[in-house]
Amino acid sequence: MVRPRRPVPAADGPMTHTLTPEERRERRLILALLTPALAVVGVLLIAPLIWMGWQSFQGPDGFSLMHYQRFLTDSVYLSSFIQTFRIAFVVTLAALLIGYPIAYVAAKSEGIWPPIILGMVLVPFWTSVLVRAYAWLILLQRRGIVNSALQDLGLIDRPLLLVNNEFGTTMATLHILLPFMVLPLYAAMKKIPAELETAGASLGGNGWLVFRSIYLPLSLPGVIAGSVLVFVLTLGFYITPELLGGGRTFLVSMLVSRNIELYNEWGAASSISVVLLLVVFAIFRLASMLIPFERIMGTK
Amino acid sequence: MQNQTGSPLLVRAFVLIALLWLIIPVLIVIPMSFSSARFLAFPPPGWSLRWYQAFLGSPEWMAAARTSLIVAVAASLIATVIGTAAAYALNMSQSKLVRSLQVVLLLPLVVPVVITAVGVFLVYAKVGLIATMTGLVLANVMLGMPYVITSVLVGLRKFDPTQEMVARSLGMNRWRAFFTVVLPQIRPSVVTGTLFAFISALDETIVALFISGGENQTLTKRMFTALRDEIDPTIAAISTLLTGVSFILVLLVAANARTRK
Repeated sequence: MVRPRRPVPAADGPMTHTLTPEERRERRLILALLTPALAVVGVLLIAPLIWMGWQSFQGPDGFSLMHYQRFLTDSVYLSSFIQTFRIAFVVTLAALLIGYPIAYVAAKSEGIWPPIILGMVLVPFWTSVLVRAYAWLILLQRRGIVNSALQDLGLIDRPLLLVNNEFGTTMATLHILLPFMVLPLYAAMKKIPAELETAGASLGGNGWLVFRSIYLPLSLPGVIAGSVLVFVLTLGFYITPELLGGGRTFLVSMLVSRNIELYNEWGAASSISVVLLLVVFAIFRLASMLIPFERIMGTK
Repeated sequence: MQNQTGSPLLVRAFVLIALLWLIIPVLIVIPMSFSSARFLAFPPPGWSLRWYQAFLGSPEWMAAARTSLIVAVAASLIATVIGTAAAYALNMSQSKLVRSLQVVLLLPLVVPVVITAVGVFLVYAKVGLIATMTGLVLANVMLGMPYVITSVLVGLRKFDPTQEMVARSLGMNRWRAFFTVVLPQIRPSVVTGTLFAFISALDETIVALFISGGENQTLTKRMFTALRDEIDPTIAAISTLLTGVSFILVLLVAANARTRK
């Protein structure tokens, strides 16, 4: 990064040195440019989050832990969190197993192939989530395409229950989130110099050994970034469990929305949000010990 | 010896199947939308345009489409201006404190959207922005801004800041230097950010479920409600049109990325 450094010490400490008028103008400008963006996020996101944090500790008569006690006593809470984590694990693992080869082949191939492969990843990525959820409904429902094809082939007698359950939810969520795995993986793999592998091979390593000892470790930042994104996004997913879950998947996101839409229970909804948010932050925190946060979010 | 540039045949076969699995669900809605039948049979028993007529001829669907389009255009443009300004400031500042604000500005991408939706609903209920166009636009500005900031920051980091310093040492003020020297060079990044913000707003469903209503319902909210009730091929027609829009946007982004080189 080319960045001219001023000789003065970092400007965020206590102001021990006097600022030149030029520096003061610069600071005011930075502040002015950031203000609209910070105002939008501050008013629409951070302020309500703080309010929800406070509200989650409010009972009928002031301070109370009643909303958090439900996590221990209400079995719906527990089963909802368990189901959400189970689906998130399955989706992340499957996305890694499917996404890694896709990114690998795209990074390794030449000529017209990388844009074609990436295009086939990007078109679904840019297609509305609702459209993709709808497509899976068409494919997986009782008299849907998959069932009728299997019946025509004589593989099954009665239609399989593929949708309105956890299977349908998992399938559609995986399909929707797979690009979030492929894209960071591809970015990480493109940074691996091809000469390293040639060198490994020339020293006598066979394909698998070279892959395992050189390529795989160097692609790990992409693995971490993709896995974190997919896992965290699944934890908060709402549309697929709602449309394809058929009432049998009751994820944390639905627990939040039901508490507000049906019961107007702000305290309960707030406490669930706080717990979910803490989990998400903890995952990002852990991941950022391994690779910079900016790299997970793709700014670097 | 294995070919160093390619990948094993088995891996390539697996990838082909995976890519088909990715793309087929997106394409399957297209034949369904031209079906003559009410039920979703594949292949369709006959062909017709009735579901397109059902969409284009319905005042409710058209109003929803109009709302979504206005929201997406307004929100992506505002997010572009605000986000580019913020990214420029983040990149310019030497202060660690200011640079750490980047994490705060990317929060809308990190916080699960349901929680964001509940929060926005809460604020809007207090200030009376529920079911208003302004409310929808503002919420989507917040959700789209991180894409602009990310994309512009990437552009600014590739940009050589000495060019701007030269322009300013030759007497240009910051504004002129930005608009005549910096902006033309980071324009592809800005455009990519705008397109991402646009698609994010067009696709946004969850916040709209909470805050849109009455005359200002978005297309996605209507689709979601329709999907929860019954599966009607009208949705297939709308889906096909939406997929067409995203396909055009992918091509735009690709063309835009090419100009960057």
